[in-house]
Amino acid sequence: MAFLELKGLTKRFGEIAAVENFDLSVERGEFVSLLGPSGCGKTTTLQMIAGFETPSAGSITLEGRDLLAIKARSRGIGIVFQSYALFPHMTVAQNVEFGLEMRKIAAPERRQRVAEALALVHLEALADRYPRAMSGGQRQRVALARALVIRPEILLLDEPLSNLDAKLREEMQLELRGIQQRMGVTTILVTHDQTEAMALSDRVAVMHRGRLVQVARPLEAYEHPRSDFVSSFLGKTNRLEGKVVERAGERAGDLCRVAVGETVFAAPAPPPEIGKDARPRVIVSVRPEKVEFRAAGAGLVDGTVAARIFLGDHWLYQIETPLGVLLVTRQNVGPAEVETGGSVGLAWDAAQVRLLPFEETA
Amino acid sequence: MAPAAAVDREARRRAWWLCAPALALFLALMVVPLVMTFVLSFHSFGFYTGIEPTFGLHNYLDVLGDSYFHEIFARTFGIALVTTLLCAAIGTPEAYILYRMRSRWRSALLLVVIGPLLISVVVRTLGWAILMGNRGVINTALMNLELIDRPIKMMYTPGGIVIALVHVMVPFMVIAVWAALHRQDPATEQAAESLGAGPLTIFFRVVLPQAMPGVLSGSLIVFSLSASAFATPAILGGRRVKVVSTTVYDEFLNTLNWPLGAAIAILLLVAVLLVMVSYNRVVERRFSQVFG
Ligand SMILES: Nc1ncnc2c1ncn2[C@@H]1O[C@H](COP(=O)(O)OP(=O)(O)OP(=O)(O)O)[C@@H](O)[C@H]1O
Ligand SMILES: [Mg+2]
Repeated sequence: MAFLELKGLTKRFGEIAAVENFDLSVERGEFVSLLGPSGCGKTTTLQMIAGFETPSAGSITLEGRDLLAIKARSRGIGIVFQSYALFPHMTVAQNVEFGLEMRKIAAPERRQRVAEALALVHLEALADRYPRAMSGGQRQRVALARALVIRPEILLLDEPLSNLDAKLREEMQLELRGIQQRMGVTTILVTHDQTEAMALSDRVAVMHRGRLVQVARPLEAYEHPRSDFVSSFLGKTNRLEGKVVERAGERAGDLCRVAVGETVFAAPAPPPEIGKDARPRVIVSVRPEKVEFRAAGAGLVDGTVAARIFLGDHWLYQIETPLGVLLVTRQNVGPAEVETGGSVGLAWDAAQVRLLPFEETA
Repeated sequence: MAPAAAVDREARRRAWWLCAPALALFLALMVVPLVMTFVLSFHSFGFYTGIEPTFGLHNYLDVLGDSYFHEIFARTFGIALVTTLLCAAIGTPEAYILYRMRSRWRSALLLVVIGPLLISVVVRTLGWAILMGNRGVINTALMNLELIDRPIKMMYTPGGIVIALVHVMVPFMVIAVWAALHRQDPATEQAAESLGAGPLTIFFRVVLPQAMPGVLSGSLIVFSLSASAFATPAILGGRRVKVVSTTVYDEFLNTLNWPLGAAIAILLLVAVLLVMVSYNRVVERRFSQVFG
């Protein structure tokens, strides 16, 4: 039995279903991210776990106990809100102490635990400040300390880093992960930032239009997306519409051949999701970093370099080919390999191609 | 640099022109009568000679030295203070309940709250007179129910004035608190709840402190309006429970001692201003570091 179990969780607002038939189990101490585009129901899911929204159907259990029978105030869940929701009329220390007061913990122990929590987020020096006089990153830390000081069963984070600038966000990601691992607190993070989800979590749960589409470890989800949506949402990819023209044997590792327009190349055997059709339409996905440059005519397809964009640690090329514009990324480890306007051949390892069930649009 | 400055000056000039009509109205209707009243308060009045354009402080000395006027001022501010406290006690929870309501009910109930402001003060106060008279609705009902033998005296008492004033002033408090509630982050209530706070704790420890600036500014409005209210104390207090504004009215229209009336009016103005300014000072010092 998993630590936290969501089963068939559904929330309807009138006609529209914000969350539909959502199943997820989270192990104790695990860090899971709910990832999806805006409006896909991430916050609604979190609010149901926290107890601020009542599900229309489904169940939530914590160690086998029915969480829905417990009021929000008694669930013992720590939450960090997107707006931080600090109490503006209380100092940092008073903010952090609030949850301990509600638990009727004696003053000396309260003081000690507040000090510990503030030390954890490196804010000992600012204990007597008011939130108004703090930066976004500092407020973020106060919110985290306030949620952690009650030693919550579960920590819920709703886009906690989205108000921070890029550099600070990266720092906070590392720190957040460190604190989470040290405390061993089961954590669910909501985000629409795929890099953040992959950097922080043990598993990512990708949501689309209120439904859970794939739950997997970050590497697994990135390398083996099960749908066109997951493949396009996690990182960049070259998405091509094609057709399986030659199905090889059914054993794993067998190669098949796919055609995209006039170009035919090898790919791993179609996964079961694609169905049993002899020549099914598929979405072919090749990640930009998996594409290699060859001399013109020596690759699978030829193209001309339409643009070359310098991004610091890597180059991003846009190559015009008969298949459409393909993206290629290259580590910046030497001089650029090809020039704008030049013609190149592109090739990729058959094992790096992903075939996904055909959908009209991602 | 130069063109930018020119544009800036041009914009500023236009702003002044746009303000001009309002400014003219303000000068004509507010400042001129006030200055004339101020000048009038230094003149003297004789029963046979009428108003004489002398220039002295005797009117002020008369008021400040007379225990009769002391009592009137004390009563006025007492009524205003009690009215303010009651309005804060009633209006704050009322605003919070409205704020928490579903939007469909909220607009209907907001209208009910603002309702008293839509009826003329005189009509509304006469309504209270009908309710509170010795043979009014309340006393008749209580006597018919044999809960009391003798009518409770409500007309011509400060208590009656306070009740009617609270009725008029509560909307101002509700609106001020309502605005403050809308400035706060609704997630703070959820945060408190997730930390284990019950509804009452959330209200007193999280909502109310954040709404306090609204309660305080509402109090300021209610206090100054109550201290200078005329119609309500005139109808419900009559000659027996005089307040400053009805006293001024009597000096002007019954005694015809305009200079004395003007002096009392100016003293009321100064007293209210003093209360407002010092109150503001205290409030600002208390809240500047928290809300700013
Ligand atoms: N109280 C509500 N009443 C009606 N519809 C709602 C309500 N709350 C959310 N919704 C709808 O439910 C859907 C999911 O909303 P939710 O806030 O969970 O999205 P989200 O994934 O958190 O998006 P974002 O990344 O923009 O925060 C949206 O279409 C939204 O319009
Ligand atoms: Mg959201």
